[in-house]
Parts: sequence; C-alpha cells; structure tokens
Amino acid sequence: MRLIEAKGISKIYPLGEIELKALDSVTVTIDEGEFLAIMGPSGSGKSTFMNVIGCLDIPTSGQYLLGGVDTGRLGRDELARIRNQKIGFVFQGFNLLSRTSALENVELPMLYNGVSVRERKEKALTALKTVGLEGRENHHPNQLSGGQQQRVAIARAIVNQAPIILADEPTGNLDTRTSMEIMVLFRKLNSDAGITVILVTHEADIAAYSKRVVRFLDGRVVSDEQRMPAGETKG
Amino acid sequence: MIGIPWTARIALRALKVNKMRSALTMLGIIIGVGAVIAMLAVGTGASRQIAEQIAAMGSNLLIVLPGSQTSGGVRTGFGSQPTLTLADSEAILRECQAVKEVAPIHNGVAQIVFGNLNWSTSVTGTTGSITSVRDWPIGAGRPMTSEDVRSATKVALLGQTVVDNLFGGIDPLDQIVRIKKIPFRVIGVMSVKGQSVVGQDQDDVVFVPVSTAQKKLFGTAFAGMVRQIMVKAKSGGDLDPAEKQVTELLRQRHHIGPKKDDDFTVRNLTQMMQAAEQQAKIMTILLGAIASVSLLVGGIGIMNIMLVSVTERTREIGIRMAVGAKTGDIRLQFITEAIILSLIGGTVGLVVGVAGSQALSAIAGWRTVVSPFSALLAFAFSGLVGIFFGFYPAYKASLLNPIDALRYE
Repeated sequence: MRLIEAKGISKIYPLGEIELKALDSVTVTIDEGEFLAIMGPSGSGKSTFMNVIGCLDIPTSGQYLLGGVDTGRLGRDELARIRNQKIGFVFQGFNLLSRTSALENVELPMLYNGVSVRERKEKALTALKTVGLEGRENHHPNQLSGGQQQRVAIARAIVNQAPIILADEPTGNLDTRTSMEIMVLFRKLNSDAGITVILVTHEADIAAYSKRVVRFLDGRVVSDEQRMPAGETKG
Repeated sequence: MIGIPWTARIALRALKVNKMRSALTMLGIIIGVGAVIAMLAVGTGASRQIAEQIAAMGSNLLIVLPGSQTSGGVRTGFGSQPTLTLADSEAILRECQAVKEVAPIHNGVAQIVFGNLNWSTSVTGTTGSITSVRDWPIGAGRPMTSEDVRSATKVALLGQTVVDNLFGGIDPLDQIVRIKKIPFRVIGVMSVKGQSVVGQDQDDVVFVPVSTAQKKLFGTAFAGMVRQIMVKAKSGGDLDPAEKQVTELLRQRHHIGPKKDDDFTVRNLTQMMQAAEQQAKIMTILLGAIASVSLLVGGIGIMNIMLVSVTERTREIGIRMAVGAKTGDIRLQFITEAIILSLIGGTVGLVVGVAGSQALSAIAGWRTVVSPFSALLAFAFSGLVGIFFGFYPAYKASLLNPIDALRYE
C-alpha cells in the first residue's frame, strides 16, 4: 500500500539574488514496509527531502501525501500530530535531551499525546527492551556510549508505534561495529514489526542493508533501484 | 496537550539546571515584591495609626476656643481673651440642633499628691458628658454626675498614667488625693486612651467637675469662664451644620456685630485628621508605586533570562517539536518556567517583605501593618509579571520552524 507519495516536490532557498534549489521536482513513492536508503553526496538534497517527508520542513512547491493525506493542507499543530503519531526520527547527533534519563527521553513523545503516566512508563520500558537497553533506563545520555544513545533514540522513535522511521545518517557518529549493530536493529524492526524504514546515508555499506536505494544529485533523483540486501539470503 | 504537572516538572528541572541564573533572576522579583510589601506596610501602618488617633480623640468633634481680640490695632492670639462661659456651653447643647453633646473644659496644670508620691499633670474641669464627647469610657468606678457639677464636689477621675505614677499597685478607688493641697476623692479611673496625634500621652490627665475647677483650683477671670468647649455633632454629616449653628449662636450671645470678627474659633479636628489620613493614604500609594518599579525591573529580568533560555535551548525545542510537541505545548512550557520563577520569587519576596517591615518597626520605630491585601496584591502581581514577561519568549519559541530549531547550534 502507498504510504508516501511525493509529487514534484521542490524546495528553494532564496540566497539574495540567486536561488538555491535544494530539491527540484522530486517524485518518489514509498510503500508500507519498505526499507529504503536515500544516498547522495553532501548538498544533493537528500536530507532536505527527508525533512520534507518527516513534516519538519515545508516544500516550496509540489504535493506530499502521507497515508493519502495531503500535508500541504495541514496546520502546524496537525503536522506536529503527524510527527507524533506516524513518524519516528533518528538523527546523526542522536538529539536526546541531556540531563534527562533514557527512560524519560523515550517517554517524551507520549508526553504530547495524553498517555497516562503508568502506560507511558510501561511502553517506554518495552521500547528500551526492544533496542536491547534493558536496565539502562535511568542512565543519562552522557553516561551512555554513542551506540547506546542511538538505541535510546530508536526506542523513542518506535515507542508510539509509528509506522515510519526516518533516520538521517544514523551511523554517522558511530564506529563500524556499532554501526552494523544499529543497522541490524533497523532491519529487525523492518522485518519483525513491519515498520517502514527510510534512511539517509552517504556510505555504501550502510545502504547495503536496504532493499531499495534512491540516489540524489543536485536536488534531483538520479536513480531508484530495488536490490538484494546484504547479509540476507534470498528464499 | 501536555499536562500541567509535567510541564511544572520540566520547568523545575530546567530552572534547577541553571541554579545561579534562576536565583539571580528571582532576586529581582524578591526585591520587587519585598519592597512593595514593606512600603505598603509602612504606609498602611501610618494611616492606621492616624485612623486610630482620630477614633481616640472622639469622633465628630468640634472644639470651640476663645478667639483673638483686636484691641487698638494689636491682635492677640487664640485663647488670649477669655470669652467662653459655662452658659455658652449649655446654650450650645440646648439650641444647636446638630449638636449631640457638649463638654466644657476648664483646665490647668497642677501638682497632685498621694501619700508620699506626687505628680504634675493636667487637671481638666469638665462635666460627665466628657466620656461620650471624647468616646472615652470609664475603666473603673463611677462617672461624674450633674450633681457633682452643680455642687462643685471634690471628686476626681484619674487617667491611667496618673494612677501608675501615684498608686503603684494600690486600688485608687475611694482614695483621697490632694490637688493644689485640696483633698479630692477618686471616684473612677478612665480607660486607657494612648497617644494623641502629636504623641502626647492622653492618659496623663485628671478630670474634676468644671465648677470645682473654676471655683477651687484655677479661678476664673469672670464668673463661669471656661477655656474651651468640646462639641460633639450628631453625625459626621452634621459637623458642618453644627459648626455653623455654634458660630451663629455664639456671635449672637457675645453680641458681635455683623462686620466684626468672631471672638472665638470653632475648630473641626476630625476634618483635619481626615486630611492627615488622606495624606497618609496618598503616601502609601506613592511608596507602593515606587516599589512597583523594582517589581517591573524584576519582570524585565525574567523576560531577559527567558529569552536567553529560549535561544540556548533552541535544539531542545526542536527535539520536542520533532516528537510531536504542539505550539501550545512549547508556549506552556516556557510560560510555566517564567511563572514558577516569579512565584517562587514572590513567595520569598513575601517573607523578605514581612521580615523587612518588622525590621523597620524595630529599628526606626515606625508602625508597619502588612495587610493580607498587600501581600495578595504583591503575590498576584508577581504571578502576572511571570505571565506577561514570560509570554513573549514563549511565543517566540513556539513559532520556530522545527527543522531550524533542530539544526540550531
């Protein structure tokens, strides 16, 4: 089923006299349950595209349908609601609240949708267990390794049962071994929970975990190919 | 929408993270609220004191004094020419409709002796109506009767200060004291009255029948002369009519022609006191206004800190927006922080203000009254300062674009 339909999305930043076209009429369709990598060099528009489909940014022109809903017609608070319910973000820099325990970081999205205190804690503990951080719930981000911090961020992304995870260079700050662990976790979430995972990366061996690769260059989609994910045997 | 308790928790944590900064911000509010409370306490204390003195003097009171006279171009001062008589006093009560009560006064200073102790005090000859004219009940014993006045009996009512200085533990009732060597029987003791407006001890007094004072103690320039007449009007609204009626009556009785000056003066003390009370109230408002300026400055301090805080925590705002915080959630968070800052500041300021006004009473000897109203006012004001100055930073934060907030370094 169609989950994401981006039709002719452009994002233009006015820079004085000239305009910077970060996205130039991008059309991409993503189905439920896909594991997709967006690749491209710096400045190719891949992060901008991710921000648009994550409802963090608004395109200059074009139409973006999420689950059949035209996001262009939604206001700030409705977009906030979509980010809360439908999308889990994982960032390169983790973006956890410092001086706040892992548990509370994971509880954060539920703070904004009226989940009861008890249910909040239960769900957050379950999410932490899913990402393999059982027993670390009271650690603060500065007491956790980079890989562990990213797992907290992933737990936060899945805690509201969002159908989509958007990961922007999720392994950019991690060493190779930890990166692999995080990618295995994403693949597990994709295959076991059926979560659509969209990740932005410029590393080929990270993109290798995905089933589909979309390449960006100068704000345009230059290739879109289905492929066999690495480490998985067909059958 | 995020719940209030959680918002408060988040806010408290944010404030705890920057303890020093939060404390300094609160200091502005503490000083502001403290100053408002202390200044209002000083002002309220002053007007309360004046109001009590008005009540102590007796309400709706006019005082008739013998006036100055012009004799060969030389004008003499008030009271220099005795013109008032006991008969004037009786006529005022009889003929002036707005008058409720009169008390003639014929007084002087005399030495009063009991046993081996003596004391110099003001001895006032008057009638039994002095108690109602001055709203000054008898503490113990019996009042002066018209019989006492008619037959000029040698009886005395003592003020508390006189009792304290002469008797020292002995019950003064029915004891004999000597005033100017003449024995007087103590028939009663006045209740405690306290200080007058000018700080004079009003309890340092002895009341005797006016006739006794005229004939046996101080003498008179002519028969029936009194030094002043205290007149009590029927009500506050009757003061002006009473003043007019008394003036007319006395001009008539003293045969003063239409173009001549009065040979007496009618003073409306209540009006003077009310004017003083009004001034005290104006002073209270003035002091409060000046103190409010510091509260305002404290509020601007809060706004300053909240703006810094918004800038500093832009990424946090971005993270919260990314996980679904709505515009209202972000606003609520920052307004709550500002309100908590100002309410904690307000509470501490309340304590500082109360302590400060007590210190002022102790050191400067000023009377201070912390009214619940002023405390409430200062507290509510600090809350409003929090909302008012917290709103702009909160508003600013809530309008950030999520991606711009997230990317902020």
